[in-house]
Amino acid sequence: MHPIAEKIQTRFPEGFISSNEWRGDLAISVKRDALHDVCAYIRTDPELDCDYMVHVSSVDWPDEAERFEVVYEVYSIRKRHRIRIKTRVPEDDCRVDSMVDLWMGADFMEREVFDMMGIRFNHHPDLRRILMPDDYTEGYPLRKDFPVQGKGWRDTFDFLNDPN
Amino acid sequence: MGLVQIGPPAKDGDIGIMTLSLEKAVNWARKGSLWPMTFGLACCAIEMIAAVSSRYDIDRYGAGVFRASPRQSDLMIVAGTVCRRMAPVIRKIYDQMPEPKYVISMGSCATSGNIYDSYSVVQGVDRFVPVDIYVPGCPPTPEALFDGIFKLQDRIMQKRVFTKQPEQVKVVRA
Repeated sequence: MHPIAEKIQTRFPEGFISSNEWRGDLAISVKRDALHDVCAYIRTDPELDCDYMVHVSSVDWPDEAERFEVVYEVYSIRKRHRIRIKTRVPEDDCRVDSMVDLWMGADFMEREVFDMMGIRFNHHPDLRRILMPDDYTEGYPLRKDFPVQGKGWRDTFDFLNDPN
Repeated sequence: MGLVQIGPPAKDGDIGIMTLSLEKAVNWARKGSLWPMTFGLACCAIEMIAAVSSRYDIDRYGAGVFRASPRQSDLMIVAGTVCRRMAPVIRKIYDQMPEPKYVISMGSCATSGNIYDSYSVVQGVDRFVPVDIYVPGCPPTPEALFDGIFKLQDRIMQKRVFTKQPEQVKVVRA
């Protein structure tokens, strides 16, 4: 096992699920309840010291019990290593703790995940849609059960009848 | 350049006399100073920029004065993928342009949505603004854009100025 994964496993034996290393990329899976603690540890521990939130994304696994997966990718500018942190979220309770208190850069990226996949972030300061308009009502376009052509929004031009 | 050819060419030093209808003169003036609006939405804008720059020089055809304001422009070149969220903005800008106004749909995306048959991409800008000329290509070369501008200039020359214009393409309202 990768030494960083080992370090995280010994610190969080309960929350740690698995780790995976592929072509030099370390990915760890953690339980949802432990996610924020693990991330706070990764952020503040002087040996890990991951100060840069590279990316937040999400994956839809429609056939699995815990349907959604939220993926955080963090990097240490001083130590020059990166860690990918994954956690699973069930469909009936699409909630995960926000990382904005640890990395300010997670703000817009978590909003994008919310906009596209419908996963809500606890304690996010400003959880609104970011790409789609605020009054968009058709759901979350990146989910696998969302039709590719959408549900008719792209073909309705209600502004043409607007007197303003 | 021969915008309007009337009579034999005058010798140097001769007093040149042109006779033509006022309508033709107005149309000639209009087609020779098409002020386009900067409206690049995606990669087609890069080709539009190339058409403006020194190698191709769109100014030779009188369409080089790109304006940042719709109130000063005659021609809207919709260059690029039209997202649904952009659609009301395009329509508002089109409405703000003074008459006479023309629209060129540049590239496959603006014309038909191209490969982007997705929830967010409008399948053709002609669904909410009337389009005069469609320029195909992905992206169209500057020469193709020029061809579209020439075709538009030909069309402008055929317009009636002092009588009522025949009804143009109507927007199908949803």
